[in-house]
Amino acid sequence: MNETTRTGFRRRFKKTGLQVLTTALALTAGSAFAADTIKVGVLHSLSGTMAISETTLKDTVLMLIDEQNKKGGLLGKKLEAVVVDPASNWPLFAEKAKELLVKDKVDVIYGCWTSVSRKSVLPVIEEANGLLFYPVQYEGEESSKNVFYTGAAPNQQAIPAVDYLMKDVGVKRWVLAGTDYVYPRTTNKILEAYLKSKGVAAEDIMINYTPFGHSDWQTIVSDIKKFGSAGKKTAVVSTINGDANVPFYKELGNQGISAENIPVIAFSVGEEELSGFDTTPLVGHLAAWNYFMSVNTPENAAFIKQWHAFIKDPKRVTNDPMEATYIGFNLWVKAVEKAKTTNVDAVRKAIYGLSVPNLTGGKAVMLPNHHITKPVLIGEIQANGQFEVVWKTDKEVPGDAWTDYLPESAKITSDWQDPAINCGNYNTATKTCSGQNY
Amino acid sequence: MKPLLLLLLVLTTAGAAADSGTGTTMTIDAIDSRPVDELMLALGTASFRDKETLVTQLAASGDARVPVLLQALLDGTLYSDATTGALIATPADAAPIPLAGAARADVPKDDLRKITVNNGLRSQLRVLIAATQLQNPDPAVRRQAARTLTGNAQTTLLPLLDRALAAETDAGARAALAAAQASLNLANPDPAIRAAAVAALAETSDKAILTLLEQQAGTETDRTVKAGLARAITDLRGREQRFAFVGDLFFGLSLGSVLLLAAVGLAITFGVMGVINMAHGEMIMLGAYTTYVVQLLMPSHIEYSLAVAVPAAFVVTALVGIAIERSVIRFLYGRPLETLLATFGISLVLQQLVRTIFSPLNKSVITPQWLSGSWEVNGMLSLTYNRLYIILFALAVLASLITLLRKTPIGLQMRAVTQNRAMASSMGIRTGWVDALTFGLGSGIAGIAGVALSQLTNVGPNLGQSYIIDSFLVVVFGGVGNLLGTFVAAMSLGVVNKFAEPLVGAVLAKILILVFVILFIQRRPRGLFALKGRFVED
Amino acid sequence: MTDSPRLLNDAASRWLLGTLALLILLVPVFSLAVPETSPFHLSTYTVALFGKYLCLALLALALDLVWGYAGILSLGHGAFFALGGYAMGMYLMRQIGSRGVYGNPLLPDFMVFLNWPALPWYWHGFDNFFFAALMVVLVPGMLAFAFGWFAFRSRVTGVYLSIITQALTYALMLAFFRNDMGFGGNNGLTDFKELLGFSLTSAATKNGLFVCSGLALIAGFLLCRWVVASRLGRVLVAVRDAESRTRFMGYRVEHYKLFVFVLSAMLAGVAGALYVPQVGIINPGEFAPLASIEVVVWVAVGGRGYLYGAIVGALLVNYAKTWFTGAFPEVWLFLLGGLFVVSTLFLPRGVIGLLGQRRRLPAATAPGGTH
Repeated sequence: MNETTRTGFRRRFKKTGLQVLTTALALTAGSAFAADTIKVGVLHSLSGTMAISETTLKDTVLMLIDEQNKKGGLLGKKLEAVVVDPASNWPLFAEKAKELLVKDKVDVIYGCWTSVSRKSVLPVIEEANGLLFYPVQYEGEESSKNVFYTGAAPNQQAIPAVDYLMKDVGVKRWVLAGTDYVYPRTTNKILEAYLKSKGVAAEDIMINYTPFGHSDWQTIVSDIKKFGSAGKKTAVVSTINGDANVPFYKELGNQGISAENIPVIAFSVGEEELSGFDTTPLVGHLAAWNYFMSVNTPENAAFIKQWHAFIKDPKRVTNDPMEATYIGFNLWVKAVEKAKTTNVDAVRKAIYGLSVPNLTGGKAVMLPNHHITKPVLIGEIQANGQFEVVWKTDKEVPGDAWTDYLPESAKITSDWQDPAINCGNYNTATKTCSGQNY
Repeated sequence: MKPLLLLLLVLTTAGAAADSGTGTTMTIDAIDSRPVDELMLALGTASFRDKETLVTQLAASGDARVPVLLQALLDGTLYSDATTGALIATPADAAPIPLAGAARADVPKDDLRKITVNNGLRSQLRVLIAATQLQNPDPAVRRQAARTLTGNAQTTLLPLLDRALAAETDAGARAALAAAQASLNLANPDPAIRAAAVAALAETSDKAILTLLEQQAGTETDRTVKAGLARAITDLRGREQRFAFVGDLFFGLSLGSVLLLAAVGLAITFGVMGVINMAHGEMIMLGAYTTYVVQLLMPSHIEYSLAVAVPAAFVVTALVGIAIERSVIRFLYGRPLETLLATFGISLVLQQLVRTIFSPLNKSVITPQWLSGSWEVNGMLSLTYNRLYIILFALAVLASLITLLRKTPIGLQMRAVTQNRAMASSMGIRTGWVDALTFGLGSGIAGIAGVALSQLTNVGPNLGQSYIIDSFLVVVFGGVGNLLGTFVAAMSLGVVNKFAEPLVGAVLAKILILVFVILFIQRRPRGLFALKGRFVED
Repeated sequence: MTDSPRLLNDAASRWLLGTLALLILLVPVFSLAVPETSPFHLSTYTVALFGKYLCLALLALALDLVWGYAGILSLGHGAFFALGGYAMGMYLMRQIGSRGVYGNPLLPDFMVFLNWPALPWYWHGFDNFFFAALMVVLVPGMLAFAFGWFAFRSRVTGVYLSIITQALTYALMLAFFRNDMGFGGNNGLTDFKELLGFSLTSAATKNGLFVCSGLALIAGFLLCRWVVASRLGRVLVAVRDAESRTRFMGYRVEHYKLFVFVLSAMLAGVAGALYVPQVGIINPGEFAPLASIEVVVWVAVGGRGYLYGAIVGALLVNYAKTWFTGAFPEVWLFLLGGLFVVSTLFLPRGVIGLLGQRRRLPAATAPGGTH
């Protein structure tokens, strides 16, 4: 190598290195001028495997912010959305959450779908004392100081659904089919314990786990068919996740398992999932949620109208996590108005006991365990991709962070309001909160 | 006809009500004498429980309108007029039929309230309708009706079944009716009749009957019948196992066909051309989206949409493939690793492109009627039509591809260019043009695979990613550059997977397959069918 | 080709090492000593982010060692990275002790609510840092040894080798997704508290981890440079460029390949172990084949076969990803995908190739172009 090229190289390398450093510093210096708006972080995957579900929630938050600004904003300031893309990558979720809190200094975050993404951002949010509203049904076993869970806990979805099948449909034999991750595992553990407590024998429960995105269901569906032909009324409780559902239902339809023979009740299949396929062969299969688009209330009609206007597509559906986002947003707005500040601790203290209307004609109350009250609805799939409500709880069910059907969890309760407890995992046996912050 | 219908409906009611599983006990005595019209109109506002009672009463009334009403209720095409309360059936392929109440011409759409049913009602309706269908002129309908009644009907139906059996001419329907009859005779107090019923049922191949016999064995007291039952159960279990084997084999071959379809395009772009084509999955995805667009364009001819979608998908993805080859890949020949980098970038762009154009949501691709449902070989074995067609389709694609490569001038040129580019060029072959066509062919075939996959799985931006790894695995396992190897690899991996799955579960089966391939490559480092000759070394 | 790799690498290497050393010195100063109000203050977010980049750079370096110098294109290097990460994650999990949600002193939370009766045998020992640290290099190393021993002896080369490394990481991903494996399934390991008694949330620990990552990268770089500049390194290049010929000359090709493959896997394991406490989670997603392909892309973008090229590529692409996902969430994949295509077409020797090297380097030539 001769002298000129080496110098040239050195000079260029030096220059580029400096540029990288300065840009990096500029990036991190962040926005110091953030006082004139209230910033709302949106932490939903817009690419990767979860984009299919989460993009809708990003749009929902944007719509709600838009609407609030039309009403004059909040505390006299405009709301400003800060959208980032964690790209269905769990470590990236933590990084982006931190970016929102530290660099963009957002006042609240709406985000996450999968449990693992929530677990990934949890330490970050707690460390920075941020505020996260999590809008998806999940397995429970958590109550963080900095997270509000507006989706269903297991007692607001799984248990009432099984009760309905047992009492109203007369199901005696159960297939618990799920994707192999923590939500189905926990839900099925809870359901198994619950069913056994109701006298269901072990041989009448079949548990099956499949990997994410499982697409070849021939064997499992034929096993279900076999299991269901033992002469007792059989039902499938499905915690199969997202993408695997379409091939699962197609296989069910093709192998001739109709809802009358073996009804399938799903906890993760909503209007949006159904819009991805032709539901004619699935009519009568069930889903348990806290909201259906077909619910006939003025609030829901207004919400759907607003959504269609915002997304500019009259065919788009609404679903349960959207309602949970809507409730979470309104609760936060109300709490901020009450606290007259967006300070996280003040908002947190203000929000307990607040209630806002949900979309099914009832009220959602924020409980001291950071979960809300929700009605449980069971719907049958219709040929048009909607659900027909066939059963509904009389009143709203309060969300229980720690299930009563797992021995270790039954001992634990959560209360962030009672100064004597003031934690998310109070052990009623030892009368302590363990070292965990929640 | 009318008295017969009446008898028949009365006879089926008790069984139907018991089957609904809701615990409603309905006896014939409970039928009140309200006029039929009044019962019908009551459906408009009744709860599900009340509807069950009303339907039973209506069926018992023997009114000529009832079969139409029941079918409409089951199909979800029964409406009530919110203003007048009138009941109207609106079959999909015929004009609306007024059933009861003051019918209006042109009821406004908002006034029509659909009369909803739930699962309990649906199964009740199916039994009620099945009983009316035992006289249907179509033997297939009669067969299905007899199947529905097997195990669901009550002994009151026996005379009806006897009469239907006596008049039946179709062999399949006779067998089904005989099974239905025998299944009812299992409850007969006379041991001789029970033994005859067991003997008759032992001839069938039906999982439901096996269950019936097993239940009977638990309660049977007569020793001869018991022995007959034991023999029958052993027979049926043996048959069940044999059919389960056939079923698993079919599952395996159909999974193999899916793998074959997904991989065969890659066998061209990667296997023949040496391009590590990470965008292969996205070509499959584009093919599936083409199917979606084709169905959007011809909503009234869904049955033929796939016939249009196959060539359309081929053309679209082939053109995209040619565009990619001409704009990027042609600069990278001889640097296969860099094709990995570039095509990976292209795959990201294509994914985001469909997200932008079609939204990140899955798109609904309708399955035509002829592809849904299954071919019921017997009560123990049914082969789903979509899988059956996909096996045939995959074989047809492979056969035409091999023909194209072996028997046509362009195929000859393709092989010449991949084997010795310089020599081919000096023989006057336009190598650049042939490269583009070859890459286009591989992409086009991936597009066709997308059409087939749109019938099995999600049509969304992630479709391609779920098949890319399997595709590479199949091509490498079979031996790069060998179509026959790809075929054997796909089929054997499919079959092995499906036989392992019942034993160890879906996840472990997949892991075992991967470990198996890794170990196999150690034994045969060039795949199943290694290419021989000088060019292997480079 | 008159220049040896060592001479060619020297200037760039010095610059790289200098910059890294400067970063290691300056970042903690700007983060800890400069008051938060100052515009020059570096937040812990930035420190952790840079720390993460350095770990990924070490992973890219490990890949470049096998790919750039021995011609082994591993599409499964993420597996070694993730295994190192899991080993560290298991140590961190055990450190939580009774501070878990359920207050169980022995079992991690995910085992408690899924009713595991006792700690599985393979979790024992991980409460000891030195055991865990040993496993961080040993587990990936042993896997690489077993895998490489079979594969190189059977003379599995080229795309066949690439695809079975991909199959390896894919199989591991599926296995770790299974909750029955006892590694937390899809959620992986998370909720870490402290490392060697230092709280992971404190700024000082974050800076410490950053410094460790930087030092590890420097050490890894020096080690790799020493390997490639030695006689062994030249044999490796010979293997890459003409494997059969090297074998005919009497070299036991498989031994050389195996050595460098195992070394690379261990480096990847260390990178994973440093990565996990900084991002706070390890889950099977790290085993995803696409993640491993991304590593290949970093190396290719930076420039294969220079070692520092891999580091520059990893830093550049990851920085671009951070920036794009925040600034252009809707279109960032177009930008990233476009970057890959453009850099392949116009920068055949990577970004490093752009920086003043106009000649063909021995390191960047790949005669035969088989891989």
